[in-house]
Amino acid sequence: MRQLKAFVKKEFLHVFRDTRTMLILFGMPVAQIILFGFAISTEVRNIDLAVVVPQSSEVTRRLTEKFDASEYFTVRKILRSTDGIERYFRDGSISMAVAFTPGFADEMLSPEGAGIQLITDGSNTNTARTAAGYATAVIKDALSEGTAAEAAGIQTDVRMLFNPQMRSSYNFVPGVMGLIIILICAMMTSIAIVREKETGTMEVLLVSPMRPQIIILSKMMPYMALSIVNYLTILLLSVTLLDIPLSGNFWSLTLLSLIYIVVSLALGLMISTRTRTQLAAMLGSGMVLMIPVVFLSGLLFPVESMPGFFRVLSGAVPARWYIEGVKKLMIEGLPAGMVAKEFAILSGMAVFLLAVSIKNFKLRLQ
Amino acid sequence: MAIHAESLTKRFGNFTAVDNISFSVEKGEIFGFLGANGAGKTTAMRMLCGLSRPTSGKAVVAGIDIVKDPERIKKRIGYMSQRFSLYDDLTVSENMTLFAGIYGMREKDIAAKRTAVLTRLGLYDERDMLVGSLPLGWKQKLAFSVSIFHEPAVVFLDEPTGGVDPVTRRQFWRQIYEASERGITVFVTTHYMDEAEYCHRVSIMVDGHIAAMDTPSELKASLGAGTMDDVFYMLARNAERIG
Repeated sequence: MRQLKAFVKKEFLHVFRDTRTMLILFGMPVAQIILFGFAISTEVRNIDLAVVVPQSSEVTRRLTEKFDASEYFTVRKILRSTDGIERYFRDGSISMAVAFTPGFADEMLSPEGAGIQLITDGSNTNTARTAAGYATAVIKDALSEGTAAEAAGIQTDVRMLFNPQMRSSYNFVPGVMGLIIILICAMMTSIAIVREKETGTMEVLLVSPMRPQIIILSKMMPYMALSIVNYLTILLLSVTLLDIPLSGNFWSLTLLSLIYIVVSLALGLMISTRTRTQLAAMLGSGMVLMIPVVFLSGLLFPVESMPGFFRVLSGAVPARWYIEGVKKLMIEGLPAGMVAKEFAILSGMAVFLLAVSIKNFKLRLQ
Repeated sequence: MAIHAESLTKRFGNFTAVDNISFSVEKGEIFGFLGANGAGKTTAMRMLCGLSRPTSGKAVVAGIDIVKDPERIKKRIGYMSQRFSLYDDLTVSENMTLFAGIYGMREKDIAAKRTAVLTRLGLYDERDMLVGSLPLGWKQKLAFSVSIFHEPAVVFLDEPTGGVDPVTRRQFWRQIYEASERGITVFVTTHYMDEAEYCHRVSIMVDGHIAAMDTPSELKASLGAGTMDDVFYMLARNAERIG
């Protein structure tokens, strides 16, 4: 016990003395979340808009005014038809167009409803989707102020384009959690262990009566603590700043995160047993962990739309199961029972990786 | 007897790193373990520290069998490596407390002894300075004090004075003599032949064997050499393995 206490204290001192790393570790999740929240509002602000009104009416006038009044749009042009509209997209004078059908006002009251076409610049998919989302919101908002009949008449069309920007932020937060935890636990742990090999202190430790398991355990502690703090920070920020509700059970989510933290620590340990220099450990965790997490976990590309081979491969990426579990628990608010598969897979990975890496950690430096 | 090795051998595949070496070191003796790079001295030292299991042969260090009980040996020995073995980002006294804690010493014993050792070293005023900010010579002195802080029976020094100027080296050897006078056995590897002269007894390893073992003056006399440097050269020049 005396050994463990002395050693754990040392590990915390290493981390706390390294102010630069501390700053990055605590700053990164905050920066990512804030950047993300901020990016959403800036990216789609002041979109240059053309409104295509073949036949002016009370409703189209009101909608045009609403668009112009919105902080997201500036109405640049009012056109009669969509013919040759690409020209304006090309010369950059507009980046979006809202086109009403010729008989818009009348159609609205008909049983089929009226149509509004949103034309966006698809070369920037994210902005286009976000802009379309906002346009939809503006239209919906404007019409809900009108008569019930007007709103009812238009609603089916509007729902088709339901809030895509919200969905991407829902996707992002679980992804950031998955990324940050693996970064801190795996990368920092492997670097911390390899650093002792590099400076020669590991040799001194191995000659000492410290058991290797205790050395490993103590090395993991500070990063485990850091990850928990970061997990809570991200959760707090996304609930307060990004207004993402924590729909599910907090404790289930925390338990899932703890298991994922153990998996990440074990991965870091495994990398440290295979590398000799801090640089190699960093590159190793970059290649082995970051790339799969970013590309295969569903953070950027949905797992469902991956080609078969990559879909199978993504099954081996712990972050995929974690992110999926977080989405279910946090966003969809499902009970823990529905996440049993994710819990089981992550726990299995944790046990397997820990066993392999502790076995690999050389007790005798041959 | 502090160290007793009998036919100690270590093979890696076909390569015999340490080939059937036998020697004994008395309690409190300063034993110089010399050899060119690749002669097998590090491997031999590793076995004696319980870090590496011998392929055959046996050895007893501080009364403990290295094959049967490698973990227990670790409590009875101290170790300082050629690469610097303290933590740069911890203070002088934190380093001392840490290693004392690792060797299982009680906190209140540590505090009292720490003050005494630091005062003797003349580092008491620097106790709250980060080790990284100390000059190399001081670090070396401190590292040695830390390695014998828990009063081990034997201390292993693996090229402890690499990269240190001659004045500091001499001071360092004064510390080694003090430890030896207190009854701590010192097992030291070195590249510096002037240091070999300071040892009570030296062994010179060539190609995994012990080529010669005696007091420095006997070795010089028997080979008709003027200095230990000449002794070493005469024995090691025919070595097949040069690292």
